[in-house]
Amino acid sequence: MAVLRNRTEKAIHWLFLGIATVSIGILVLIMFFLFHEGLPIFKTVTVQEFVLGHYWYPTDDPSDFGILPLIVASLFVTLLSAMISIPLGVMTAVYLSEIASRKVAEIVKPVVELLAALPSVVIGFFGMVLVGPFLQKTFGIPIGLNLFNASLMLAFMSVPTICSIAEDALYSVPDSLREASLALGATELETIVKVIVPAGLSGISTAIILGMSRAIGETMVVLMVAGGAAMLPGSIFDPVRPMPASIASEMAEAPFRGEHYHALFAIGIVLFLFTMAFNLVADQIAQRYRQSGEASL
Amino acid sequence: MLRKAGLFFTALAFLCLGSGAAFAERLSINGSTTVLPAAQKLAEAFMKVRPDVTVSVAGGGSGNGIKAIVDGTTHVGNSSRFIRNSEVRMAVEKDTYPVPFRIGLDCIVPVVHPDNPVKDLSLDQLRDMYTGKIRNWKEVGGRDMRVVVISRDSSSGTFESWGDLVMNKQRVVPSALTVPSNGGLVQAVTTTPGAIGYIALGYVNKDVKMVSVDGVMGSEENTISGRYPISRPLFMFTRGWPEGVTLDFINFVFSKKGQEEVKASGSIPVY
Repeated sequence: MAVLRNRTEKAIHWLFLGIATVSIGILVLIMFFLFHEGLPIFKTVTVQEFVLGHYWYPTDDPSDFGILPLIVASLFVTLLSAMISIPLGVMTAVYLSEIASRKVAEIVKPVVELLAALPSVVIGFFGMVLVGPFLQKTFGIPIGLNLFNASLMLAFMSVPTICSIAEDALYSVPDSLREASLALGATELETIVKVIVPAGLSGISTAIILGMSRAIGETMVVLMVAGGAAMLPGSIFDPVRPMPASIASEMAEAPFRGEHYHALFAIGIVLFLFTMAFNLVADQIAQRYRQSGEASL
Repeated sequence: MLRKAGLFFTALAFLCLGSGAAFAERLSINGSTTVLPAAQKLAEAFMKVRPDVTVSVAGGGSGNGIKAIVDGTTHVGNSSRFIRNSEVRMAVEKDTYPVPFRIGLDCIVPVVHPDNPVKDLSLDQLRDMYTGKIRNWKEVGGRDMRVVVISRDSSSGTFESWGDLVMNKQRVVPSALTVPSNGGLVQAVTTTPGAIGYIALGYVNKDVKMVSVDGVMGSEENTISGRYPISRPLFMFTRGWPEGVTLDFINFVFSKKGQEEVKASGSIPVY
C-alpha cells in the first residue's frame, strides 16, 4: 500500500514537473523567436536611432525607423490611465471589502468583475463612437481620438483587474488586526487607512502593476481610439500612436522578413522589456511589503 | 455475369471518385487587401463554374502577393500597384517572369464631414493639407476650422497609391491621424467636423461627403475615361504566362461574368 502511494506521489511529481517545463519551454521559445525576428533591424539602424529617432516612416524610401514617439505615447497613455484607474480601483476595493454591507458587496463585486470580461473591441468601439464625439463637444477640441480618450478607455479596462485583486488582498488581512485597531480606540477610517491598507499593500501594489501591464500591452483599444499619429504629443488632446497599435495595424502588410517586419518585431522586444520591467518592480514591491505574521506592521 | 458486371461498374465508379479526388485541382491566390474582395467574389463564382477546382484566397498586402509569385508559393498574386524595379530584379535573379493582368480599377476619393461646405479641392491643395502646409479650412474657402488630416496606415496599398498620385513622394505630416481600414476612416471622418480623409470609391456612404478633385468627381465613368486623377489599376500577377487552371481562372476574370463580379465587389471593371 505504502509503495503504491509512493509511486502515485512520484508520478504526480513528474507530471507537474513536466507540465511546468513545457510552459517554461514555450515561453523561452517565444522569447527566442521575438529576438530572432526583431534583432536583424539593427543591421539597418543603430539601437540609438531606433529608440530615440523622432520619425516613423517605415515604408518610405529611404525609410525612417524612429520609435521615440511610439514609446512616449505608450508611457503617457499608461501613466494617465493609471492616474485614473488606481484611485478608482483601490477605493472600490476598500469599499467592497471594508465598508459595504455583505449584500451590496455580493452584487457589486460580480458586476465589477463582469466589466473585465467586456471584449476590448467593444470598449474601443464605445470610445470611438460615443466618447470621442463627446470629448470634442465638451472640450471644443478638433480630434476626439486622442491620448486622453485612449487613457480613459484603458482605465475602464484596468479598474476591474486592480479592484478585484486589491479586494482579495484586503479581504485576506486577518481580522485580528481590525479587531486590535478598533479595540485600541481607532475609528473605522483610521483602521482602514493606517492598518488595513498598509497590511494589504503587497497585494494592492501587485494589483496596480498588473493593471498597468494590461494597459501598456493593450492593443485593440489604442488601435481604435488613440488616433494613430506617430508624433510626440503636445497636450493630452493630441492623437498618439502607442507601440501595440503600430504592431497590430502594420504587421499584416509588412513584407515577410523585410526591414519593416523586423522593425515591428523590434518594437515587440521593447514592449516585452517594458512589461518585464513592470513585473520585476511588482515582484520587488511584493517582496518588500510582504506581511509575515501580524507582528511586522 | 450480371453480378460480375455490377462489380465491375462499382469498381469503376470508385475508381472515378478516387481519381476525381486525386485530380481535384488547387488554385491559390494571395496578395493585396484592396484586390481581396474582388478576388474572393471571383473565386466563389469560378468554383461554381468549375467544381473540380478548389480556390484558396488570402490577403497579405501587395508586396507579399508579388513576392509569393516570385517565390512560386502561389498561382496568382494580387497587387494594387505595378511591380517595382527591385521586385523585377528579384524575379530575374530567380529565373521567373511575373506577368501582370489589369483586372480592374480602383479610384480613391477625398471625403470630408457632411457639414463641411467645401466642394472641390485641387491636387495641390490636397497635397498641402497632407504635408501640413494648409492647416485651416479657411485657406481653401471653407469655415474657420482646423484641418484634421486623416490617413491610412503606412503599409496599406491605398496609402501607397495616395503617396504616388497625390503626395508626389512628399511625406504625410506626422500629426496625421492614421486608421487601419477604409471603414475606420469613414467612422473617423463622420465624427470629426474638421476631418479630411481618403477612401476607395466602394466605401463611400451617406455619412461622409465626397469632394471633387480639380473639378472632376470620382466616379466609375470618370475613372474608366481617365479624367479622374486619383485612380489606379488593380493587378493579378502570374508566374510566367498562365497555364492550365490558372489560365482558365484568368480567362474567367476577363469574361463578362468575371467583370460583373469585380464590379459587385466595389471595384471598377476594366470594360
